[in-house]
This record gives sequence, C-alpha cells and structure tokens, in this order.
Amino acid sequence: MRIEMMQGKSGTEDRVAWSTEPGESPLTLSLSPWEREPLNSSRSAQHRPFSLREKDRMRGCALWPLQLPFALAAAVVLAFTAQPAAAYEAYISNEKGNTVSVIDTDKLEVVKTIPVGQRPRGIAMTKDGKSVIVAAGDSNTIQIIDTKTKEVTGSLPSGIDPELFAFDPAGKLLYVANENDNTVTVIDMETQRQAGSIQVGVEPEGMTVSPDGKTVICTSETSNMAHFIDAKTHEIVSSVLVGARPRFAAFKGDGSELWVSSEVGGTVSVIDPVKHEVKKKITFEVPGLRREAIQPVGLNIAKDGKTVFVSLGPANRVAVVDGQTYEVRKYLLVGQRVWHGAFTPDQKYLLVTNGLSNDVSVIDVAGLKVIKSIQVGREPWGVAIEAQE
Amino acid sequence: MGSLKRSFLEAIAAAAMLLALAADAAAVDTAEIKIGYLRRAEQMPAISLLDVAAPDAGLAGAELAIADNNTTGRFLNQKFSVTDVKLGPGEDPAAAVQRLGGEGISLVVTDLPADALLKAADAGRARGMLFFNAGAADDALRGEDCRAGIVHIAPPRSMLADGLAQYLVWKQWLKWVLVSGSHPEDKLFAAALKRAATRFGAKIVEEKEFEDKGGARQTDSGLAEVQRQIPLFTQGLPDYDVLLAADENAVFAAYLPYRTKAARPVAGSAGLSPASWDPSMEQWGATQLQNRFVKQFSRRMRPLDMQAWTAVRMIGEAVTRTKSAEARQVRDYILGASFELAAFKGRALTVRSWDLQLRQPILLSDGKNVVSISPQQGFLHPVSELDTLGYDKPETKCVLK
Repeated sequence: MRIEMMQGKSGTEDRVAWSTEPGESPLTLSLSPWEREPLNSSRSAQHRPFSLREKDRMRGCALWPLQLPFALAAAVVLAFTAQPAAAYEAYISNEKGNTVSVIDTDKLEVVKTIPVGQRPRGIAMTKDGKSVIVAAGDSNTIQIIDTKTKEVTGSLPSGIDPELFAFDPAGKLLYVANENDNTVTVIDMETQRQAGSIQVGVEPEGMTVSPDGKTVICTSETSNMAHFIDAKTHEIVSSVLVGARPRFAAFKGDGSELWVSSEVGGTVSVIDPVKHEVKKKITFEVPGLRREAIQPVGLNIAKDGKTVFVSLGPANRVAVVDGQTYEVRKYLLVGQRVWHGAFTPDQKYLLVTNGLSNDVSVIDVAGLKVIKSIQVGREPWGVAIEAQE
Repeated sequence: MGSLKRSFLEAIAAAAMLLALAADAAAVDTAEIKIGYLRRAEQMPAISLLDVAAPDAGLAGAELAIADNNTTGRFLNQKFSVTDVKLGPGEDPAAAVQRLGGEGISLVVTDLPADALLKAADAGRARGMLFFNAGAADDALRGEDCRAGIVHIAPPRSMLADGLAQYLVWKQWLKWVLVSGSHPEDKLFAAALKRAATRFGAKIVEEKEFEDKGGARQTDSGLAEVQRQIPLFTQGLPDYDVLLAADENAVFAAYLPYRTKAARPVAGSAGLSPASWDPSMEQWGATQLQNRFVKQFSRRMRPLDMQAWTAVRMIGEAVTRTKSAEARQVRDYILGASFELAAFKGRALTVRSWDLQLRQPILLSDGKNVVSISPQQGFLHPVSELDTLGYDKPETKCVLK
C-alpha cells in the first residue's frame, strides 16, 4: 500500500520536474541530493526526478525527509512479505564501466562484478546455462563468461564491433549484427567458428530468430528495415520498411507476430511474419513529455504474448502494451535512459537497465509496479537471466 | 445474360492478372535515381592548416549517402548515383543546370553561394527540378529570396547564432563583445548574433570591426606579429564575458583565442563554434557513420560533408518510401507528416513548411570535442524545441513561390 502511494506521488512530481535531455551530461546528476541516498531499498527515493532547476531541487529537498520514513517502512514491509523466489542470476552489461554486474534476483542485489572488454552491450545466456556471452564492441569480440566461476574464459570470432546477437532455438548457432560493415556474422557455437556472413542493410542492430528457427531477423538502423533472412540459405526473403532507426526486434512466443522498435521514429511496428507487412504501428504519448523524448528501444514480450514491455529510452518510462489490442495500458516510471530488459524465468520480475542513472529497475510483472532499483556499474545496457542450479 | 456476366468477369480477371504481371515486371527492373551535385570550384580560405578544405569537401558526404542509399536500395531494386559538376569562376550556373536537366536529373544537391544558387534554382524551375542547399547559410534564401524549389539543409546563420547564444545564456555569459570582419557575410553573421542577443537576453557591450587589409596569414614573421596585434586590438574594451567573432573569410577569428587582452573566451567563427556537425561527434550512433566515412575517404567528416550526406539521405528516404524518384513526389514526401530522418542527432529531423529549412540541433564545438548541443534545456516552444533556433513561423519573410 505504502509503496503504491509513493509511486503515485513520485510519478506526478516527475511530470512537473522532468528535465532529462538526450544530450544531457550524466555529470550534472552528481549535483542531485538523491545521489546521496543511503538506503538502496526504495525505488521511489532512487527515481525522484533529477532537475537542474533550482525551484524543483528545493522542492525535492523539502520532500526528502518526509519520504525517508516511508521508504524505510516500505523496505521493511517488502522484506517481510517477499515470497522466497527461485534463485536466479541476472547479468548486466555496463557499457562505460567495461564490467558485467551479477544480480541475485532473490536478494535483488549485486553479488559480483566481472571485468570484461571495452564497451560491453549485447548479452545472453547459452542454452545450457553454463555461460553468458557478452559483445564487447570496442574490443571487436564476444566474450564468454563461465557462470560458475564468474570469469571470462574465452571469446568468439564475432567480426567487427558486435552489438546485439541472437541464438537459434537449439542454441547451436549465434547470429551477430556487425554494425560497422553491414553484415550479420553466423557463429557455430560448438566449433566456435564463423559459419557464414550475410550482407544486410546499413547499420544492422536488432537480431532475433523465429521460434521455429526458420527465419532470422535483422533490423538495420539507417536503412530503416527489418530483414527476413532464411536460416538455411542465408538469403534475404523480404525487407520490411519500419519507422526511423529500428533498434530491436522480438517475436511473440508462438511466432505469430514480430515486434520492432524504432528509436527515432518513436514507434513500435507489429509485423505479420507471413505476409511481411506492418499490421500495426504503436505510438506513445506521455503527458508533459515532448514526442522527441519518447524513443522506444528494448522490447520484452511476456510468454503468453498478452503483455509487452517497451523501454522508452530518455522518456524514463517503460510502456506496458496490451499484446492483443495494442493499447498502451500504463507507463512505468523507471530510471534515466532505459535501454533493455529481461524477465526472470518464472516471469515474476522484469529487470530493465537505466543507462544514465547507472541502475537497474525491477518491475513486478503481475502488479505492473516498479518495486526496486539496484545500483550497478557505469551505463548499464543489456540484461541476461537464467535459472541457476 | 448469365454467361455474358461471366465472360465480363473473366475479362476483368484477365485484365487484373495482366496488370499484376506488368507491376511485377516493373518491380524487378532496377530504378535508377541520378542526383546532381553542383558546387563552386574555389576553395574557402583557412587560417589553420587543419581547416583547409579537402578537394572532395561536401561531395564525399554525398557519395557516402549514395552508398548508404544503395545498401538499402538493393532490397528494393533502386540504384542511386551522383553526378559531380564543378562551376569554375564566372561560369554560369543556369547553363550547368540545363545540362543536368538534359541528362534527366531533377534532384540536385548544391554547395553554391546564394546568388549562384538562386540562378541555378530559377533555371531549373521550368523542368520542375528540386534543389537541396547544402552550402549556403544566408537567411535571405529562407526569407525574402526563398523559393519553392529549394530545400535548405545547411543551417542558416540565424540558427547557428541562436544555437550558440542559448548556450552562452545558459552559462550566464551575458555580456558580449562582437567583432566582425569587413566582408558582407561577416556583417550578416554579426547581425544574426545581434538578433540572438536580443532574443535570448544577452547584451552586446561593444562592437568592433576587424578590417581585412589583405596581407600574410601565418607566416614566419606573421606569428610574432599576431601575438602583438591582437592584444592591441582588444584593449580598452568594457568588462565582458565572451568575445564573439563574425569572420566567415578566415581573416582574423582564429587568431583571437589566447591572444586577447582580457582572459576571456572566444566564440563564433573561432573558439566555441556552432555547426551542423563535428568530426568528433560520437553520440546517438554517430560512431558508425564516422567510421564509414573515414574508411571510405581517409579523412574526418566535416559539417559540409554532413549537410550533403543529409541531403542525399533525405532523397533516399523519400524514394524508398514513395517508390518514386520524381522531384514533385520527393518534395511532397519530405514536407509531409510521415517524413522523419534519422541523422545521428538523437531525434528525428523534419522540414519547416514555411521556408523549407531542415530543423536540426546545433553542435557547439571547441575544435576538438562537442561541448554542448542546442537547443538548450529550458528554451521552450509549443511545437518543436528545434524551432527556438532560427526564424520561426510568425517571423518568416518567406512567401514560397
């Protein structure tokens, strides 16, 4: 109850005091009193808006002592009512920190920080759960982390500047988008060798594979296309035009729809994968926010396909979209510059990264509430989660 | 009656099939989209060796965008190419435009001074040609001299001045000394800076002119000369926060930083300078564009390159979406509600309907890094914050014809 109240309050304030610009330096944040938050337990305290405007800062200061007892109480309530969840580990790539943070999703805290290569972004767990692979773009490699020892044990021949990638359903092939040379590199996970290379549009980024494994999808940011690639022949079967700068693609679990986010266009396209046609373009509107600040990036589709979470970048919100009617049901206030997310395997939580506030927001999937934020490394970007023995 | 109806339906079905076949055949044929690039031959002067323009300045940006358009066009059977035309001193732009038109080119990117651009556009009007101004910053081209056949990609002086002014006001550097050169363009930039001061609440505490008397730039003895000359020129000024230079012909501005009498920063044509692009720009995925550019041309991407890239990408976007390379349809599309260009500026770029100027953020660079990007926080606008830069709709003098 109390948590809910505070969330409401914080949401309202944010609309008034919102001030994050896409180009704003994260350095200005260190001026904020909220940075000195001693208790890493309440989402509302963490995500109070940062503002350069003196008036707003003053107001924030005035509210701060009032909210602390609530935050403490909330933490206590949480601690006692939380169900003992299955122990999962979430791996967060920190783009500027050149590290991967490991979060225990039961305790909801960072348990380990692993140093990796330069500019780690795309991250995923292998099918067997034995490794996590992370694309270190500036090191031109994909590194392999052993999930037992939490150490980098090897690397894959990813091609130049890897950013995002996707496994085939069997987990045997890895498709990597190489932004710098307009190709998709195919890697055989058994031999750890390149098994092919596919020419696509300008600046390939989003990668996914259809649930039946027959179609590989790649979005190219400057061509503004979603390419449908035949997984066997590596031929491009069709290229579908979407909104400007498509960054991420995801299939519904039953393969009936492909969702593609367009960052600059500010839309999400729902594509019929049989007809290769956009059947719905979803737009977003947050009161008090300029359209330009709404930049959809990460997409997380619930297993049943009924709910889709869309990370809106500098809008500092995750939109909750009905997977059937395509209506936006709710906007969840998260941290600054929200990028990508991943569900826990039980679909209880969705963890999303906030690139400018250096934390991860934990969303309660059933309650559609943000319940906590967890400080991680510098500029968190991607998330990978799987069950641990 | 029934059989007649049936045969009629069959005839319609057959006709529809033929039409579908014809459409298929057309789709398989590769569409050729030829774009003209019309530019001045003379080099712009520079004080620093680092600022000397490359022989392919601007054109390189157009060529990179052609490559980008073709990577996309491959999937749509569209092939783009660029025809480079250099105008020598005294050469008639109208004749060059007629030649391009004769080759079936109706989309032309230009890097021309204002008068030559107007001659070119007027010569192409009868053929319905569409021009993309990548090189001229004159506000008059977007104002009293505007044309329905010219889309402006280059930011005008007012937009550059406003972008710089917003930052200086945000810094609370409100007292400006304005030094302008003696060339007409310098006076235009100075006027834009004065307008910006009025708009955003800064004060010009003194104005000076630096007369172009010709003479050596940085030569052996010149350096020592400059070190003495600039403090002399800047002494006796009232108390000020920043010295603004309006010097478009590279006569003096680059000599000002670190040499002024008072220890104050320089901005405008030197020091902190506003532009559409910077070779060091890395935000919003710009790294990929920069990498592609360096790989292809073995040099860094400059503002003129970016302006030409943007122009050709706008054409590419319009042709890709409308499946037409006709100038009229390209114009309709880029002025339409569905046009949005991703150009590594963190937001979609669109075109102002009242003067055909591209809305764009303005980068402020110290010559090494991007210091800030305008519009600055707090400068609000009911439609688009990008419209706080340059001439807004109620202020425009443009009547499109």
